[in-house]
Amino acid sequence: MTQVLEEEETAVVAAPRRSRLTGGRALHIYTWIVIGWLTLPVLVMILFGFNDTPGRYNQTWEGFTLKWYGQVFALDELTKALVISLLVAVATAVVAGALGTGIGYALGRYRFRGSGTVNLIMFATMSSPELVMGASLLTLFVSLGVGLGAVTITIAHIMFSISFVAVVVRARVLTLDRSVEEAAADLGANAWTTFWRITFPIIMPAVMSGMLLAFALSIDDFVVSNFTAGTTTTFPLWIWGATRVGLPPQVNVMGTLIFLGGVLIAVVTSIRSRPRRPAA
Amino acid sequence: MGRSRRVLAPYLLILPGGLWLLLFFVIPMVTMLSLSLQQGDIVSGYAFTGHWQTYVDAVVNYRTQLVRSLIYGAVTTIVLIVVAFPVAYWIAFYGGRRKPTYLFLLLLPFFVSFVLRTISWRYILTDEGMLLGPLKSAGILPESFNILGTSVAVISGLVYNFLPFMVLPIYVALERIDPRVVEAARDLYADPPTAFRKVILPLALPGVFAGVLMTFVPASSDYVNSAVLGSSSTTMIGQVIQSQYLTSSNYPTASALSFTLMAVLLIGVFAYARALGTEDVMKVAAR
Repeated sequence: MTQVLEEEETAVVAAPRRSRLTGGRALHIYTWIVIGWLTLPVLVMILFGFNDTPGRYNQTWEGFTLKWYGQVFALDELTKALVISLLVAVATAVVAGALGTGIGYALGRYRFRGSGTVNLIMFATMSSPELVMGASLLTLFVSLGVGLGAVTITIAHIMFSISFVAVVVRARVLTLDRSVEEAAADLGANAWTTFWRITFPIIMPAVMSGMLLAFALSIDDFVVSNFTAGTTTTFPLWIWGATRVGLPPQVNVMGTLIFLGGVLIAVVTSIRSRPRRPAA
Repeated sequence: MGRSRRVLAPYLLILPGGLWLLLFFVIPMVTMLSLSLQQGDIVSGYAFTGHWQTYVDAVVNYRTQLVRSLIYGAVTTIVLIVVAFPVAYWIAFYGGRRKPTYLFLLLLPFFVSFVLRTISWRYILTDEGMLLGPLKSAGILPESFNILGTSVAVISGLVYNFLPFMVLPIYVALERIDPRVVEAARDLYADPPTAFRKVILPLALPGVFAGVLMTFVPASSDYVNSAVLGSSSTTMIGQVIQSQYLTSSNYPTASALSFTLMAVLLIGVFAYARALGTEDVMKVAAR
C-alpha cells in the first residue's frame, strides 16, 4: 500500500494536460460515491466502539461513551489473540523480509539458470487460492504429526509473504544505478563495503515497504490462519469465532486502533519517501 | 576466486527463501495431491491406493457449490470491472495533483481486518438494521424485504472486498497512457467515444486482464463473505472444503475438492499468464 503512494508521488509531476473532458463532473461524483461506499463499514465499526451498549449485543445505538477505550483489554482471550497476531506479524515481517530480500536482490541483479523456475513458483504462491495454500499446509502438518499453533501460523504467513517482499525489492534493484557502485569500486571499496555502504542503503526503502506489506498481510490474514492455527486464536480468528454470539465493543476499539496505526504508518512513510523537489 | 563466487551468489541468495517455498508451498501441494488419492480415516491412518473415485464422488456431490462458486466469481469479476473502471479512469485522467490522495482513500478501508469489515456489512444489512430498518418503517420497502442471506449480499461483499485489486491495475494501465496519443486521435477527428474505444480501451486492457487475474481466483475460492453474508442457499465450495477439513476431518475428499478447485482456477490463470506474460501481473501484484 505504501508502495503505491510512493510511486504515485513521482507520477504527479507529469500530470496530464487534458483536464476538461465531458463527463468529468459525473465521474468525480461517482468516484466519491464509491469511496463513501468503501468507507461506510469502517465508519460503522469506529462509531460502535463508542456505543454505550449494556452487553455483547452491539448492533443498536444506545448512546455515546468512552468506557470501552478504558476497558479495551478487559477480555483476556481477546487481548491474548491480539498479542499473538502482533507477534506473528512481527516475526513474519522480519523473516519474510530477510528471505524475500535475498530472492528479490538475486532476481534483480543476476542472470542465472533457474530464475524462470523461481519466478514461476513466486507467481504460483501469489495467485494460488489462499484456501488451497492453507489446506495443503494442513495436510502436510497433519501427515507429519506436527502440532498446530502460533509456530505453524507463522511458517504459513512467511511462506505467502516472501514473494511479495521479493517483487518489491526486485523492482528497486532493477532501477538501481550501477554507476554508483562502480564509483565506489573505483574509489577502492571492496565488494563487501560497496554492498553495505552503497547498495543496501539504496534498496533499504524497498526492504522496509516489503516488510510493512508482510506485516499487513499477516495481521489481516484469516483464511490461511484458519487452517494452520489448531486451537490457537489470532485476532481475526477470535472475531470469526465470536460472530455468532455477538462482537463485544472491545473488538471495535481494537479495530479502530489498528486502523489508525496503519493509516499513521502509511502517511508517515509516504511523506518520508516523497522526492525532494529542487528549489525553484 | 571472484568468478566462482559471482556464479554462486544468486543461488546462495535464493537458497533460504527458495527452500522455505519448497518446503511450505511445493511439498504441501504434492502432499495434498497424494492425500487426495489415499483411502482411510484419521484414526487408523491413510494408505495410497490411487483411488480416483474420490474425485468423481467429490465433484458429483458438490457440483452445485462448485458451479455456484465459479458463477459468483465470474459475476463478481464482471461487476468489479464495471464499478472499478470509471473510478480508475477518473483518477488517472482527472486526479491531477490529488491522485495519491484518491488512491489512499480507496485503500483506507483495507487497514481494517477483512473479517471485521465483512461483519460490519452484516450489521449494516440486517433485516431491521441501520439501513433497512428506517427504510421499512418509512414504508419505502416492504416488511418482508431482505438482503442478507441472498446471492446479492454475497456478491456485493465479494465486490466490496476485492475492489482495490481491480481499480489499481486498471489505474496503472491508464496512467501510463501518453495524453498526446489521445490528443492525436482527437486531431485526426475521432470524437470522444471513438477515441475512447479505439485508443484508451485497447491500452487499458492489460490492466483489466491483470485485475481479472487478481480477483477471479480469490473471489471464487472465498468462504468468508458467503459464511457471513449468505445462507445455506449461497454456500460456496470454499465453505465445503473448510468444513470437510476442519469439522469432518474428511481429508481425502477435502483434498480432492481443493485440488479440483485449484486446477480449474489455475489452468485459466496460467493460460492467461502465458498469453500476456507474468511480468506485468507480478508488477501490479506488488502494489
